[in-house]
Amino acid sequence: MKKQIGLVLSILTVLTLVLSACAPAATQAPAASSVKELKILWAQWSPADYLQQIGNEYEKATGIKVTVVQEPWGSFGDRFFTEMAAKGTSWDMVVGDSQWLGQGATQGLYVDLTDFMKSNGIDKSVTPATLKYYGEYPANSGKYYAYPTEGDADGWAYRKDLFEDPAEQAAFKAEYGYDLAVPKTYAQLMDIAKFFTRPDAGLYGVAIYTQKDYDAITMGVENTFFSWGATWQDANNNVKGVVNSPQAVEALQFYKDLYDCCQVPGLSNAFFTETNDALIGGKAAMIMNYFAFFPALVNQGTNANYWDKVGFFANPEGPTGQRAAALGGQGMSIISFISPERQQASKDFIKWFATDEIQQKWADLGGYTCNAKVLQSEKFLKTTPFNPAFAETMTFVKDFWNIPEYAELLTVSQTELHKFVVEGQGTAQGALDAIAEQHDKILREKGYIK
Amino acid sequence: MSPATAPLPAPRRHLSDRAILNLFIWPTLALLISLNVFPLVYSLYLSFTDYSAIANKAPVWVAFKNFADILGDERVWQYFATTGRYALLSVSLQTVLGFGLAMLVRQKFRGSGVVTTLILVPMMISPVVVGLFWKLMYNPTFGYFNYLLGFTNPSTGPDVIASAFAGKPVPNLALYGVVLVDVWMWSPFVMLLVLSGLNAIPEYLYEAAAIDRASSWFQFWRITLPQVAPLLLIAVLFRTIEAFKSFDLVMGMTGGGPGNQTELVAVYLYRVAFLGQFRTGYSSALAYIILIIIIAVSNLYIKYLNQIRGES
Repeated sequence: MKKQIGLVLSILTVLTLVLSACAPAATQAPAASSVKELKILWAQWSPADYLQQIGNEYEKATGIKVTVVQEPWGSFGDRFFTEMAAKGTSWDMVVGDSQWLGQGATQGLYVDLTDFMKSNGIDKSVTPATLKYYGEYPANSGKYYAYPTEGDADGWAYRKDLFEDPAEQAAFKAEYGYDLAVPKTYAQLMDIAKFFTRPDAGLYGVAIYTQKDYDAITMGVENTFFSWGATWQDANNNVKGVVNSPQAVEALQFYKDLYDCCQVPGLSNAFFTETNDALIGGKAAMIMNYFAFFPALVNQGTNANYWDKVGFFANPEGPTGQRAAALGGQGMSIISFISPERQQASKDFIKWFATDEIQQKWADLGGYTCNAKVLQSEKFLKTTPFNPAFAETMTFVKDFWNIPEYAELLTVSQTELHKFVVEGQGTAQGALDAIAEQHDKILREKGYIK
Repeated sequence: MSPATAPLPAPRRHLSDRAILNLFIWPTLALLISLNVFPLVYSLYLSFTDYSAIANKAPVWVAFKNFADILGDERVWQYFATTGRYALLSVSLQTVLGFGLAMLVRQKFRGSGVVTTLILVPMMISPVVVGLFWKLMYNPTFGYFNYLLGFTNPSTGPDVIASAFAGKPVPNLALYGVVLVDVWMWSPFVMLLVLSGLNAIPEYLYEAAAIDRASSWFQFWRITLPQVAPLLLIAVLFRTIEAFKSFDLVMGMTGGGPGNQTELVAVYLYRVAFLGQFRTGYSSALAYIILIIIIAVSNLYIKYLNQIRGES
């Protein structure tokens, strides 16, 4: 028996030693002078490669190596938050989603960058909308936790060959009484979508977001929702009578009508890949997508038939002349668990990265800068065919909730919006009433509404 | 040194049987405890707490609140009902189809080996791949499914994933679409088990029945079915358990939509456990409820299986 107990103790000791060896390194960090490498976590996509190139320049300039650790989108959030739950120090910075701000700020994951950004004029270097949605928490508090790094928002791509065809233009004018051109209002967008919907020819007016899995249909609907003047909450976080306001109902009904009349068949669970494919495959005259996914449309390798026939435009006006676009993109935050020396080294990097010169380089590489000067520079506007629309859009972006409970709120909106738009169940009013009811319950339980 | 004067080799220390036993058992037990038992017990504890794996806060004991919340939530009951419908439909169809296929390939014919292998292919493919593959098959513009049904105009044909026909909603069409794919994928599994049962039936039973001029139907009903029943029930048991846990196929095809039409309980569990929500306490409670249901259903099957075995 003693032998067995001894054996068990030995195994437990070995296991303990192994587990200790596997545990995250202790938070003790090298002194400031010994910071030789900075690690930045981001999702696995082209902008992360561009950031790595920027990081290589930083190494040349300072001798401090910058490594961009890339994680596939599907596990990006999981990996980051599980590391944070363990107070991990695997990375110094993260280029995190705008929705993570609440959690990052309230749970002490992100370093408060307010003084740093204000004292270095960084807050003034980016467009106000991007600072508000990528950096500020809580809203309108003037407290910043991230540097707006990769701006992104929804916009539209369209088939220029169709829009500029004289026969199409004449037919459109005869039917609708005005010239066929890039739509200035959503009403015009609807006309154009209906005009190009020709099932017999395999052509449809639009390809818009409908995916239920994560956030796509909510982001898609937000484009009309905000442009109609609707919001997710009022100044006191009330949602009843706000989410289901008459403007919101009208906006949702518009989205549903657009889906019913003109969506490419089969796109009932569509996100960025599917909408891009609809244009590449010649099935859609106009598609909704994040600007970050537009490069594939002007690349001959990925869009052999229409790469030189694609145009881009920013979201048109709603019925009252308001323009808005659903926000994508991410901000760069410093992880609070790293040592003060590493935090300082990270701030130094952000300060360098935020300069106009480096932001211009960032934009030249293909990064979507939020720097106000660069966005308006002639050089930037001429770099790609979609940059003018992007620069315009970044002045009127709006976002979903970014409190720590955003995912619960998002699940509700995804389900109810999908039920109405795609499944065709109920009414716009009913769907928004259901969202308001459930959002109200969640927000009350968490103390956001007294 | 001559061999005669060479010292004898030191006697080898042999491990005792008990030591060998310990060497095999204890590491296995340690692994089992750390990777299986501990998570099971810990998640049971978490199911009684308000805890998020990413919240950086210690679990807060809430007793049965998570269970009460789940059982009092109409939506969860709806997801359970959808899962039950899905399991019943797909397992029933798989049983009938699998049995039929087994009866067909039981007879040896030229190329029967190749045919049997081809029939087994679907169950060898990853469910996610199958889901994505069938999503394309069901696409109303270029999918093969509508073409085979004779619908070449997407505006007038079915859109299975959107649960619509000619633009009009058709309740549960998406669910039936997923069931069809599950049946396509897993009927071969039932066939395989039934086939092994069929091959084990002694030929003399049929010979005796033939001498007694028993009809084919009588032979099937009184010989084939009772002999195969235990294996068939095992196949049904496995498939029922799998159907209750079904996740990857649905996620790949519909993401639980449209609306909540294909939101199976495992999909909902994933949604609350991950996807930004990370409601670890709540999702642990839900996982335990699913586990209890699966154990209860399995016990019913096993009881019936034992009864059949006892009779035979």
